[in-house]
Amino acid sequence: MAYEFTKEDLEEIEKLKTKYPEVTPVTLPALWIAQNRFGHVNSEVQKLVAKTLDLPEAHVHGVATFYTQYYKEEKGKHVLDVCTCLSCQLCGGYDILNYLEDKLGIKKGETTDDGMFTLNEVECLGACGYAPMLQVTNDKYVNHLTEEKVDKLIESLKNGEQPEYEKIGMPRRNNIK
Amino acid sequence: MSKPDWKNFEPVLIPDIPDLDQIKNYEKNGGYSALKSVFTDNDKWPDSKSVINEVKEANIRGRGGAGFNAGLKWSFMPPADGGPRYLACNGDESEPGTFKDRKIFEYNPHIFIEGALIAAYAMEITTIYVYIRGEYKSYIDMMEEAIQDAYDAGYIGKDILGSGRDIEFYVHSGAGAYICGEETSMLESLEGKRGYPRVKPPFPAQKGLWGRPTTINNIETLAHVPAVINRGAEWFKGVGAKNHPGPVLYGISGHVNRPGVYELPSGVPVLDLIHNVAQGIKGGKELKAVIPGGSSTPVLRADQLDGITMDSDSLRTVGTMMGTAGMVVMDEDTDMVDVLWRIAHFYHHESCGQCTPCREGTGWLEKILLKIKNGEGEVKDLDLLLDLTTQMEGRTICALADAAAWPVRHTINRFRDEFEARCKKSVHALA
Repeated sequence: MAYEFTKEDLEEIEKLKTKYPEVTPVTLPALWIAQNRFGHVNSEVQKLVAKTLDLPEAHVHGVATFYTQYYKEEKGKHVLDVCTCLSCQLCGGYDILNYLEDKLGIKKGETTDDGMFTLNEVECLGACGYAPMLQVTNDKYVNHLTEEKVDKLIESLKNGEQPEYEKIGMPRRNNIK
Repeated sequence: MSKPDWKNFEPVLIPDIPDLDQIKNYEKNGGYSALKSVFTDNDKWPDSKSVINEVKEANIRGRGGAGFNAGLKWSFMPPADGGPRYLACNGDESEPGTFKDRKIFEYNPHIFIEGALIAAYAMEITTIYVYIRGEYKSYIDMMEEAIQDAYDAGYIGKDILGSGRDIEFYVHSGAGAYICGEETSMLESLEGKRGYPRVKPPFPAQKGLWGRPTTINNIETLAHVPAVINRGAEWFKGVGAKNHPGPVLYGISGHVNRPGVYELPSGVPVLDLIHNVAQGIKGGKELKAVIPGGSSTPVLRADQLDGITMDSDSLRTVGTMMGTAGMVVMDEDTDMVDVLWRIAHFYHHESCGQCTPCREGTGWLEKILLKIKNGEGEVKDLDLLLDLTTQMEGRTICALADAAAWPVRHTINRFRDEFEARCKKSVHALA
């Protein structure tokens, strides 16, 4: 299929250009806009970004392949990035990953046959105190995971509901002994 | 040295005030008064140098991990020549165990914005970028909103508070790369490229973003600036440990009852943080080990912790570092081989691949540790690992190779028995 930016996307890209003294820095935000529009930045989308910014295709390809959050191929509708790094490892991150593998019937890195879920193991997401946790499609964090919480999350995603932002309160000082 | 009175410490960065992220509430609680003072009170702050001197005197040691005096760093900027100058604020926060700057983005974004603007004033900077890791989408949205509010209130933009100073302030989102927390890699990423660290010199103060003078500071470091301006360097120096002063955001995670981010003075005893602040080990188990400041800082055994406080001087006596003050606590059941393998896997995954000792070295560290983890290793592999670390350290453009080497060396040295027990009996004849 031919990929085209919408008028709004192009306006946003024009606006981004005013943030920087040259056009190259727009590469990262433009790839984000493209991924939000098309769900991925495969080689065709990378070419579109290059053409739009008038930058070499090789440059855009180089950037897209350096950063893990850009999807270089199509993914499931929901991408579950399970953190297993250090603090999550200590707090059961691998148990959550294994549970999701069994529940979805896929291995990490794979997508379910119905195209609904992609499951990934990822590096530290900076939520160490709220482990184990995962991120849904580069957006909301879901913290303090248990099997029950995972079940609920999968159900709500299947029903088309996105998780809410989980505000984690500051520890109250009067609790400190 | 006397222990800081941490129990009665009043937090400055993340005080217990509801809705402080709203600019009106921030102003009501004294917010932006430091900025007003610096930008308009010519008697108190006759020139930008006076601001730099105050911050230098306070000795705010960089909270991103390196611990360098922030004011001293500011003083490295060359004299203004009329061209653009940049402040790049490092909100990449990706070192495993570190989750503190997000608390500022969420609970008190304006204290960081105010600190960054004062830094920009002091260094005659024209444009500020705050680089936030792409995974922090929620916080990126919050920061965009806070910055817009500060624009609307006249704290950012043209002729700020009638001072004649113009400063722009933008958010730049990363897209998943630990290495972009390395300062020159972050500059490359801001310039829209792959995050390859740059060879230094030239240092960013001479040639940074687009070849122009640039200073890079951590988010928490900048958030300390308004209080230093309001209360003075003497106040800051009087909080916590003498050579590493000021409040610190401690991020405590792992096997503790109450993990989280706590703002307390520097120099709090490690054991107080674990047993009192984080309320002890889960399930009443024994403490086995703690990583004091992010995964690259050398691990400490429980028996090394007596009298050790969270500041660079004290931590150095037991061969480790303050890092980002992201403490990872491990209980008695923790398998140190598994932990070290996971840390090695992280650095292998995140090596940018520019320098051979790091690209290849991190891979070998992981491979050999996997072999040991699977019970296939031999005792001589442990010495091979130690040898590898010395071949990686100090031989690369940036510190990622060092960050990968240190935990391997120190975890093996400090838990050697556990590693040897996991190795199979050597089939080689003993001499």
